[in-house]
Amino acid sequence: MIQNRRRNSKSSSSLLSGHDFNNQALINRLQSYFYSHYLAFSSATSRLSSLPFRFLSISLVIAIALSLPAGFYVAAINLQKITNITDNSNTISIFLKTTVTQPQIELLKEKISLEEGVENIRYISSQKGLDEFRIESGFGDVLEMLDENPLPPVFLIEPNRKFQNNTEFIKKLVFKLKKEHLIENIQIDMMWLKRLQAISLIGERLSFMLGAILAFGVLLIISNAVSLSLDSRGEEVVVIKLVGGTDSYVRRPFLYTGFWYGAVGGILSWIFIAIAVYWLSMPVEKLSALYQNSLELEGLGFFGMISLVSIGVGLGLLGAWLAVTRQLSGIESK
Amino acid sequence: MILFDKVNKRYPSGHQAIINLSFELEAGEMAFLTGHSGAGKSTLLKLIMLLERSTSGQLLIDGKNLSRIDRTQIPYYRRNIGVVFQNHQLLFDRNIFDNVALPLFVSGLRPRDVGRRVRAALDKVGLSGKEKMNPIMLSGGEQQRLGIARAVVHKPKILLADEPTGNLDPQLSEEIMGVFNKFCEAGSTVLVASHDLELVSSIAQRLLRLEKGFLVEDKKTV
Ligand SMILES: Nc1ncnc2c1ncn2[C@@H]1O[C@H](COP(=O)(O)OP(=O)(O)O)[C@@H](O)[C@H]1O
Ligand SMILES: [Mg+2]
Repeated sequence: MIQNRRRNSKSSSSLLSGHDFNNQALINRLQSYFYSHYLAFSSATSRLSSLPFRFLSISLVIAIALSLPAGFYVAAINLQKITNITDNSNTISIFLKTTVTQPQIELLKEKISLEEGVENIRYISSQKGLDEFRIESGFGDVLEMLDENPLPPVFLIEPNRKFQNNTEFIKKLVFKLKKEHLIENIQIDMMWLKRLQAISLIGERLSFMLGAILAFGVLLIISNAVSLSLDSRGEEVVVIKLVGGTDSYVRRPFLYTGFWYGAVGGILSWIFIAIAVYWLSMPVEKLSALYQNSLELEGLGFFGMISLVSIGVGLGLLGAWLAVTRQLSGIESK
Repeated sequence: MILFDKVNKRYPSGHQAIINLSFELEAGEMAFLTGHSGAGKSTLLKLIMLLERSTSGQLLIDGKNLSRIDRTQIPYYRRNIGVVFQNHQLLFDRNIFDNVALPLFVSGLRPRDVGRRVRAALDKVGLSGKEKMNPIMLSGGEQQRLGIARAVVHKPKILLADEPTGNLDPQLSEEIMGVFNKFCEAGSTVLVASHDLELVSSIAQRLLRLEKGFLVEDKKTV
């Protein structure tokens, strides 16, 4: 019994020391693993920074390739935003003949307001329309040059909330109004809206399509850039393989190279988009004020930046991996 | 330690570089591999390094059958071997220390052990104190000794050399051979390929002579 216990305690203590030893070995391995990453990282970084022009020009090409689909995407989400804002204000614009007289206008306004489903009707005379346009567009000087007011008088009709989204009803109403001989033209903003929605959907799809094609392009650019630096370091790769370096050891510094290309390309393209959005925001806000909207252009935002840089980094790593793997398969016999 | 058993090597071009070759090298033994240019010396060393695969026969290194080592295991296998080339394959974009340390970093040695091992290896080949220099600043003989330091820094069981004295003058060549001798005495198994029959005959060691892929002579010189 006592013997047994002694044996037990002995074996448990040796187990313990074995455990200690394993821990130490693990720490050593982790230490050297991180150190090898540190070496690969610093060698890749110092190599890239020793050829700053080449690095920047390649990153710039990547940034441009990433900016195209990202730009399309931003355009699409902003179009969607416009359609969302305008959703509740489906108005019908009725353009009158320029020859109408004031009594005729009063009469017509009375008549239309009695139609079923018409919630509100607003009259904008051609003079008022011109004044608004002059103030909001900033084209005052140009308008001074015109002898005649080119704008027709307009009725703006706001349909009853019940019929807002009833296309059939609105079509019927328009059909009825068109019979009035004083009306030149009728425009339904909802149609315009539907078209815009369709366009924004196409824009979004296009951005994904373009994104897929250009992602492939970025992959090629990065793998070519890495191949180029591999060619100049062919001897190093051979020596590393000769002294027992694994494929992943050879790959490591080049993966960091690809990482830098992708990350800097992604950041640059985010900056491009941010500049473009800032540059366009002023005229767009002016334009939207013209339509009685307050639209603020939306950029990629924080999440967009993270995604863009992640996509860049992912493509960088994959491109580098492909380039090194291709090179390695040429070196090893089997 | 090194056992060739009826080994054949035919290159994809159809050339038969090694024919039915058998020999054994004991642990701690040293041998010279000689023969005219094109006899198959480099091919034999490449078979041991697994830079080439034999087409038939058995090759046992340290008890391991090389045909059982697959591509992913090759790096770990190679860490048991040190190799020196005629064109020493030094990397001139880094200093002497980093050249010698490469096999240690590759095998994941802790950084704090690396310095000690590198200095010890440089000391053995008489290059201590030059760690910070670029290898391009060394003479031909010194570069070759640097190559040897890199080959032995990880204390391999087997040391291989392919024409290590290729473009050195006779005096330097003898000096280099002396370095190999020292490693053999320290317990490594050493195999040196050289077409310089005059040089290798002057050293008292085992001599293997190849001719057109055949092993034609296996003797002890002097
Ligand atoms: N990769 C190869 N492909 C085809 N033939 C080769 C290859 N390498 C070497 N050889 C041929 O094999 C023979 C032996 O070459 P090698 O082993 O380099 O001889 P040595 O080192 O003794 O001069 C030569 O005839 C050479 O042309
Ligand atoms: Mg040769």
